Amino acid sequence: MLKYFTSRILEAIPVFFIIVTAVFFMVRFVPGGPFDKERAVSEETLAALNSYYGLDEPLVVQYCSFLKNLARGDLGPSFKYAGWSVNEILREKALVSLELGGCALAIALVLGLGVGFAAAAFPSGKIGAALSGISLVGICLPAFVLGPVLILIFCLRLNCFNAMGWSDFPSDIVLPAFTLALFYAAWIARLSRSRAVEEKSRGYVRTAVAKGCGKGRVYFVHILRNAVEPVISYIGPAAAGLLSGSFVVETIFQIPGLGRFFISSALDNDYTMIMGCVMLYSVFIIAFNLLSDFLLAAVNPKIAKEMRK
Amino acid sequence: MKSDWILEESSSDSAFAKVWRALKADRLALASLFFIIVTASLCFAAGIVAPYDYQVQNLSLGATPPSMEHWFGTDIHGRDLLSRMLFGGRVSFAVGILATVVAVLIGTSYGMVSGMCGGKTDALMMRIVDIVYSLPFTIFVILLMMAFGRSLWLIFVAIGAVEWLTMARIVRAMTLDIKSRQFVEAAVALGESRWGIMRRHILPNVFGAVLVCAALTVPSVMLLEAFLSFLGLGVQAPLPSWGGLVKDGAEYMEDAPWMLVFPALFFSATLYALNRIGEAVSEGSGEK
Repeated sequence: MLKYFTSRILEAIPVFFIIVTAVFFMVRFVPGGPFDKERAVSEETLAALNSYYGLDEPLVVQYCSFLKNLARGDLGPSFKYAGWSVNEILREKALVSLELGGCALAIALVLGLGVGFAAAAFPSGKIGAALSGISLVGICLPAFVLGPVLILIFCLRLNCFNAMGWSDFPSDIVLPAFTLALFYAAWIARLSRSRAVEEKSRGYVRTAVAKGCGKGRVYFVHILRNAVEPVISYIGPAAAGLLSGSFVVETIFQIPGLGRFFISSALDNDYTMIMGCVMLYSVFIIAFNLLSDFLLAAVNPKIAKEMRK
Repeated sequence: MKSDWILEESSSDSAFAKVWRALKADRLALASLFFIIVTASLCFAAGIVAPYDYQVQNLSLGATPPSMEHWFGTDIHGRDLLSRMLFGGRVSFAVGILATVVAVLIGTSYGMVSGMCGGKTDALMMRIVDIVYSLPFTIFVILLMMAFGRSLWLIFVAIGAVEWLTMARIVRAMTLDIKSRQFVEAAVALGESRWGIMRRHILPNVFGAVLVCAALTVPSVMLLEAFLSFLGLGVQAPLPSWGGLVKDGAEYMEDAPWMLVFPALFFSATLYALNRIGEAVSEGSGEK
């Protein structure tokens, strides 16, 4: 087990470096520089800016100094937000995104597993059909459709919530978290439903019923453990996306999170910021994939056995 | 033994028939198919059926609610929303279909070659898929757009380049499975070349799964395109697309809610119908 995960982590390191290197050179080959969009600057100012940030040096030198700084955990100054370092921006904004993403993840899991399981419990009845119908509707309502529609209904028509803003009120998180969560909840519901329906006809379930297990125990102890498998492998990459900030939801609800920097840094050619965002996201993806593998091994000894090989 | 072969071979060539039978049995899926055919043909015929041009502005008119002249109302520039939705739908459907074709072609051939080669080549090829999977897609696309300028073709390539990954994994897994079956062994024994085995034995057998996967890829591609257009990275104004229309609608929803409601409704209905068809197809053909 430990050996398996050590080798997985060791394997992830070169992948991380390939991604970082590819993006490092890609952003620099894209025409235009970080200071193009400022008010027309004179040639000398531009040259001074470029030399101040070391952008006039050959690419290889830039890459080496980037790696050197990375080893010290320093991601450099942001080109766009003067006076801010990428570390500071990431640290400050990531908290907001983590809060929002964490809430959304919790909602998605509870709602998704609940609906998926209820739908599996009544596979042929009207309730089951209605629930799986609802989960299909969920994957047809992406955040950029659902968010504005929810604002239109709950903020502008019913006046229940603040449409924008992010302050101390816990009510401000309700709509954005729900908007972010629904799509994922729908996927989780579909995945868990189809697996749970499959598992229901398996021999071990029949044995459990024959032994005299109550319906609740059969569902929540025997079937649940097997039905969460596809959900766990889905939630790994999904969680990375949720927690690193959703550009769409943060824009719609005017939330000062990280998601916005994700896109705007690339549009502004803010090299150091792009690198920061990409690295954070890659680390998240790698970490959550490992975590989901670990969880899979924890719920299913068969998988754990395979990993030991 | 012999009957086994016949079963395996004959179950593949009726992929279309099976799909059609499954669709006919499911009334909601049939209605979805009807909806998609009508909407898509109206959109592709937008040049003929659209009541107005999509870019002629009428600023004195401004945003007006739905009326007899403008069924879905007009946007803030006085452009007819119905016409813009028809032209936008044309873009969305075209991207959905073309990018899916790109994804199917790349994914199927990549997966088949990887599965056929096996060993180190296979491991390397799948490792590449894993790496591309973990790239942050949005940043990747933005960089592509900025390097090559925004164009409709680039959107196809960018989306196709992401969507082929799942397809490649599925096809590779199936190829590995089929490769070990007896009819392939028999073909090898008869001196069939690798290329011949892929074309004559593997391809027909993965066809059903590819069809199912393609059916479910179309809505996810349309979703991606709309997402890009919503970010302002997709189709460029004044050419509309559904994602762009939803974005405009979200901006002015306070004063002109119809600008949000109609595009959002049609976009979600289309996604629903496509997913419903995909689901019926996958249940009917017994593939996952």
